[in-house]
Amino acid sequence: MPETIGFLKPRQAVLDRRREIVADLGDLLPEGCLISDERGLKPFETDAFIAYRRMPLAVVLPETTEQVATVLKYCSRYGIPIVPRGAGTSLSGGAIPQEDAIVVGLSKMARILDIDLFNRTATVQAGVTNLNISDAVSADGFFYAPDPSSQLACTIGGNIGMNSGGAHCLKYGVTTNNLLGVKMVLFDGTVIELGGKALDASGYDLLGLICGSEGQLGIVTEATVRLIAKAEGARPVLFGFATSESAGSCVADIIGSGIIPVAIEFMDKPAIEICEAFAHAGYPLDVEALLIVEVEGSEAEMDSMLAGIIGIARRHGVMTIKESQSALEAALIWKGRKSAFGATGRIADYICMDGTVPLSQLSHVLRRTGEIVAGYGLRVANVFHAGDGNMHPLILYNINDPDEAARAEEAGNDILKLCVEAGGCLTGEHGVGIEKRDLMLFQYSKADLDQQMGARAAFDPQWLLNPSKVFPLEGRPAA
Amino acid sequence: MQTNFSPEQLADPHVAESETILRKCVHCGFCTATCPTYVVLGDELDSPRGRIYLIKDMLENGRAADTETVTHIDRCLSCLSCMTTCPSGVDYMHLVDHARVHIEKTYKRPFKDRLARSVIAATLPYPSRFRLALGAAGLARPLAGLLKRVPFLRTFGIMLDLAPAALPVSRAARPAVYAAKGTPRARVALLTGCAQPVLRPEINDATIRLLTGQGVEVVVSAGEGCCGALVHHMGREEQALQAARHNVDVWLKVAEEDGLDAIIVTASGCGTTIKDYGHMLRLDPTYAEKAARVSALAKDVTEYLATLDLPEREPRGLTVAYHSACSMQHGQRIAAAPKQLLKRAGFSVREPAEGHLCCGSAGTYNILQPEISAKLKARKVRNIEATRADVIATGNIGCITQIASGTEIPILHTVELLDWAYGGSKPVGL
Repeated sequence: MPETIGFLKPRQAVLDRRREIVADLGDLLPEGCLISDERGLKPFETDAFIAYRRMPLAVVLPETTEQVATVLKYCSRYGIPIVPRGAGTSLSGGAIPQEDAIVVGLSKMARILDIDLFNRTATVQAGVTNLNISDAVSADGFFYAPDPSSQLACTIGGNIGMNSGGAHCLKYGVTTNNLLGVKMVLFDGTVIELGGKALDASGYDLLGLICGSEGQLGIVTEATVRLIAKAEGARPVLFGFATSESAGSCVADIIGSGIIPVAIEFMDKPAIEICEAFAHAGYPLDVEALLIVEVEGSEAEMDSMLAGIIGIARRHGVMTIKESQSALEAALIWKGRKSAFGATGRIADYICMDGTVPLSQLSHVLRRTGEIVAGYGLRVANVFHAGDGNMHPLILYNINDPDEAARAEEAGNDILKLCVEAGGCLTGEHGVGIEKRDLMLFQYSKADLDQQMGARAAFDPQWLLNPSKVFPLEGRPAA
Repeated sequence: MQTNFSPEQLADPHVAESETILRKCVHCGFCTATCPTYVVLGDELDSPRGRIYLIKDMLENGRAADTETVTHIDRCLSCLSCMTTCPSGVDYMHLVDHARVHIEKTYKRPFKDRLARSVIAATLPYPSRFRLALGAAGLARPLAGLLKRVPFLRTFGIMLDLAPAALPVSRAARPAVYAAKGTPRARVALLTGCAQPVLRPEINDATIRLLTGQGVEVVVSAGEGCCGALVHHMGREEQALQAARHNVDVWLKVAEEDGLDAIIVTASGCGTTIKDYGHMLRLDPTYAEKAARVSALAKDVTEYLATLDLPEREPRGLTVAYHSACSMQHGQRIAAAPKQLLKRAGFSVREPAEGHLCCGSAGTYNILQPEISAKLKARKVRNIEATRADVIATGNIGCITQIASGTEIPILHTVELLDWAYGGSKPVGL
């Protein structure tokens, strides 16, 4: 595929010292923590944004914060770029390396360090998966709320980097609303701690700055997160509609009426068919659009909230309403939804968009998205967090066909511009990464970006951490 | 995922199949989370996604296998947990099968590894040789520690460690037709297996007693051999295909004589392979159709028993930790049936945490990858013991020997407990 997004030109001085760097890293780390063989490096050349690939110079898999610090200190001394990697599930290319970079993978740092049910917090190493946290406290009636669809595999470190969201964030907020503290390593190897077990820390709210900084301000090695008590009961309900527009306006009216369910998820017909084939969740196949609305609380609370939602849905001509009857059925409904992207792989390659729009614009943006993609001669499947307007059009294409791949990328750019024009933004939860970097100027003024880059420079004056991402290559300060 | 094969490469049906499999992978990374070796080692190269990438690179470049690639493919347990997890439906099983054959053809292992693998391939699949070897192992056991200190002989030391201290007195089910009690309702063939009748002959006895008691005629066919799984997973394609053809002939002969409703398999590892005969022999014009017939007939014993509608039994006050073998839950996707049968038979069933993770047995894995295998065993035993069950039930002989070596809780084949509940004698060891 002809690449339209550029990476920074590799630093020749670093490439020239490759052999020496690898030998030094081998000395600094225990056995089994360094990958430098060309064959072994290949699988690290991309993440879940597979249209772009770059081989790293080496991959290190440290086992402790001290080892991360040692590596970063070494890299800053010799001006070697660093690309942090959690589980490599980024849909925006946040973990794609570059030829002169050392990938610092946190996959060996996957221990849960402390569970404090009294204070409702968990402290974990950055490589712990999102779901592992909830699994560890589930028997005690707690969970960690932000639930990206990749929660089975994605790590808490990656979630912090991208300020990840998820279906249940409508009620509980995204990562930044559930993060209490971090231990992180700065570019020069300094280890700092931010926040703690309390809800607010004195001084600047640097934690808010770190969350969503895409691995450019440091490498988080430990995180303390908030645990939430599970509700008495939870019930996902399926609402089928004859058109995407009516489903979209129904969502706007539910939220507009002041009702906040735990989740409102949207799927259009192609997405319903894809997910049903994988999960056999019992999604209605005779509708054009489906909303999964989950309510929680006591039976009476759920009934009362549902009655309100059903009333609104009827006004929008809902065709079918189906409540899940068992925990198993509820689990299948969510399994299908959360596997949507991967399951799309059964029928085509895809690029997943992440624009967010005001709910009043949802129907309009959905319709325009369909027109844009059709205009490029491609198909689209929509499956997204409707309740907070976070859209995920999946543009279906054949990655082995360079022309289709180029059209898919152009269609994606047009859709993201549409989201911004509609008063929304480029990314709801997947991060800017490499994918949306060059569109940042469409969203922000130069002054906006300069201020962000200034904050970045305060943490990483040499621009060594994940340097090809987030900010357009032109207009950066001279390093 | 993007692939890059030339039309000439794709003319090879094996490469063409692998290309189709690779095209389905979207590199989402879900598989890493449920892969036992990734969970234990924390290196993406030891995860399905990493291995898929290594295999893709090797095949695309038409390259001989190299040490790095072989190391990580060898560490794959073939537990197929990734296939249960994969939302895109990537057929990892057949991709890694192809990679193993490619490795076997293009890579020369160090002499000690070749020796160990040859010994395994020439012993385990043959009950008489296996019994003889275990007898000898009993005598040589004091040497295990010494052997393990010599790098060259290490694998043999490990094998001695794994050999049971005492063998059951041989009373393996003989080839015969075991008549159904009462009105016959079906006729099935029973694969008696190779390692299982040597280590636990009680399993086949219990199966025959239980099935005949339910009105099913059971045929143990003369001449059936190893299913081929052990050598298949070592990439010894021809030896595996020969085993498959041989068994296809044996069973279809039984079917032609007097009809056959099912081929019952009591080791889920074998079941996974027999159910794959149709695929393994798809390119063999003489056998393709016959093998597909055999695969369609193959049923795990619990899968078959679930169709018989066994009567409900009073609670026995015995708690059973059910360990689902990987070949059962991931290979054959049989998850609920064994637990339902046990509950119906009056047992209280508990499910250990991390039930999707392998116990580390995985065919010859505990011999060839002892360190990873030991870590997985310890983790599995910890999770099972946390259930505080009275007994462990599972459906695969490999898991039985592996888990038994790590815990004091008795472990039985599911069918032994069912046989007991439906009139058989109390299982040995309970």
